[in-house]
Amino acid sequence: MSETLPLPRAARAFVSFVALLRANGFAIAPEQTTAFLAAIALLGPRTPEHIRRAGLATLAPPPERRAVYDMLFNIHFLGGEELAGDDGGDQEVLRLQEEASGDEEPPLSGDVNESGAMAVRAEALAERRLAPGGTSDALRRLAREADRRLPRRRGHRRRRARRGPWADLRRTLREAARNDGEVMRLGRLKRRPRPRKLLLLIDVSGSMKARSEDNLRLAHTLVQAAPNIEVFTFGTRLTRVTRALRPKRREQALAQVAHLVSDWDGGTRIGDALQAFLAIPRFSSYARGAAVVILSDGLERGDPAALRDAVAKLSRRAWRLSWLTPLAAGPRFVPQTEALIAISRLVDDMVDGGSSATVVRHLLSLGQNRRAA
Amino acid sequence: MAVRASIGGIDSPEALEKALRAAYYLADEGIATAAYLALALGKPLLLEGAPGVGKTEAAKAIAAVLGRRLIRLQCYEGIDASAALYEWNYPRQMLAIRQAGDATIDVYGESFLIERPMLAALRAPDSTVLLIDEVDRSDQEFEAFLLEFLSDFQISIPERGTLRAAERPVVVLTSNRTRDLHEALRRRCVYHWIDYPTPEREAKIIMLRASSVAESTARAVVAAVGKLRREPLSKAPGVAEAVDWAEAATLLNKGGARWPDAFRRSIGVALKDEEDLAFISGRLDALIAEAAA
Repeated sequence: MSETLPLPRAARAFVSFVALLRANGFAIAPEQTTAFLAAIALLGPRTPEHIRRAGLATLAPPPERRAVYDMLFNIHFLGGEELAGDDGGDQEVLRLQEEASGDEEPPLSGDVNESGAMAVRAEALAERRLAPGGTSDALRRLAREADRRLPRRRGHRRRRARRGPWADLRRTLREAARNDGEVMRLGRLKRRPRPRKLLLLIDVSGSMKARSEDNLRLAHTLVQAAPNIEVFTFGTRLTRVTRALRPKRREQALAQVAHLVSDWDGGTRIGDALQAFLAIPRFSSYARGAAVVILSDGLERGDPAALRDAVAKLSRRAWRLSWLTPLAAGPRFVPQTEALIAISRLVDDMVDGGSSATVVRHLLSLGQNRRAA
Repeated sequence: MAVRASIGGIDSPEALEKALRAAYYLADEGIATAAYLALALGKPLLLEGAPGVGKTEAAKAIAAVLGRRLIRLQCYEGIDASAALYEWNYPRQMLAIRQAGDATIDVYGESFLIERPMLAALRAPDSTVLLIDEVDRSDQEFEAFLLEFLSDFQISIPERGTLRAAERPVVVLTSNRTRDLHEALRRRCVYHWIDYPTPEREAKIIMLRASSVAESTARAVVAAVGKLRREPLSKAPGVAEAVDWAEAATLLNKGGARWPDAFRRSIGVALKDEEDLAFISGRLDALIAEAAA
């Protein structure tokens, strides 16, 4: 592969394909382009399929965007014009299975659709604009104290300490070498505590409408303040929003979330959502040994048995499972609905999730009530 | 970029596919291409896919094809340099200092160094394949540390200086995708996403791996496993489970069990989760009967 300044004519089509991918949001480094060209040279290429595979291997499009890659490839190299492949293959969003027809639920959002025929769909899909909102005291407190007060667990790495269960042989030897092999003092090691995983599941259905925006703002603050946080939203779909919450600027992050989540203010299928979450190994492993926090009112429209089952599974996987519901305001709260009664026996805490302040207070107390196991 | 068109007599994806088949690994064109490119371009090969689709097997097969020793590094959260790279033999060093008396000795000499997988691969790049298994289980610190190793193939030991590989070693990384790997890591590697094989290929894999299994059994298992993978199970059966299931059912059948019954009784090797078994139990008979038909 000659790397002279004017690009060889034959290479132009390939380099422009890389540019096309970049323009469509694929992150591709220059070294990957070089590898792509070298790979094509190695493979022949005898057929367009060789080029496609060389691109898959070296440009490494993430599997959930494979459909987009194939579409762009077809357009660029095969002159195809199929634009059908939308981001339906995106694994970050999971559409929950509808149950048998007949129990279609009307959208719970306040405003009624003008054309009545549209209103009886089981899913009320909507895009919502999320206002960045001000930073309340609760969020400021969360940002300040999250790193220090969120739960921790014992890590595997060791660090030097005044006292601890292990001898620090490396340090002891260095000191001994300085003293003609005489060990004056045995250095010690202890395990270094690590932040525990925290999984936040946010209900964005109609009944939680008043809280969902605040909860997402809180999630953004949390993702910014501490490592190892995973955030999902659920309603009629299950959506992973962790990556969307990464940008530092809150407006930008919330705009991404608003775009990603499409089941605002619709019905709730908490049981199905949690089952779907558990059925994907990639997702369910986030829950293992994690502090799991569910922000939902537990008003289930689906099968209460499915919900109970899912919560039971989740509680066995989690280090600690908390259910924060706005209904639990006040100390004399007793769960009323069938679903909530079932849940309250399975979760470690069922506490007030009625305002950001109470949610923050609970999050920050997670690390104290129980010693890291 | 150092390009070697031919490694160990393998000069195309097709040749590699053939050699892998001889090593009892049925590769599809995608993985054969990716593996060939990784070898030719001297880049690490990153294999991602659901558990049990044969990622580790692929690495073993590649090592067998090249006639090299496979060095496996199993990742876990908190893995650090002393487990992955090298460790000093402190008790021996201490003894040596004591015994040396007035003589001078080098306590950081070769004989006091304990090789761990990455150092071992670096020192013998022409006779080893390094498998870094389940990278997604390690933490971000280790991933960052891997980046340095994978781009320059060098390791620095403070007491001895920097060690560099004489040639680019063959490295295979696997990930179950339980978390997103850093973009920079993906960028340094040749990437391949392994999907579940097509039914025909999976039947062939079963027969290649378990020679006692009849073709009709293999097909029935593949059909049943295909159905199970569409169910919302917490652990869907992988290719390894399909092979085990076919083998176990064949064994029971030889012991006198009738056909659909042999499948049902050996379900435990395919589904290993009590809840999954309970979830599917009501429909299992129908599912197996349908698959065996």
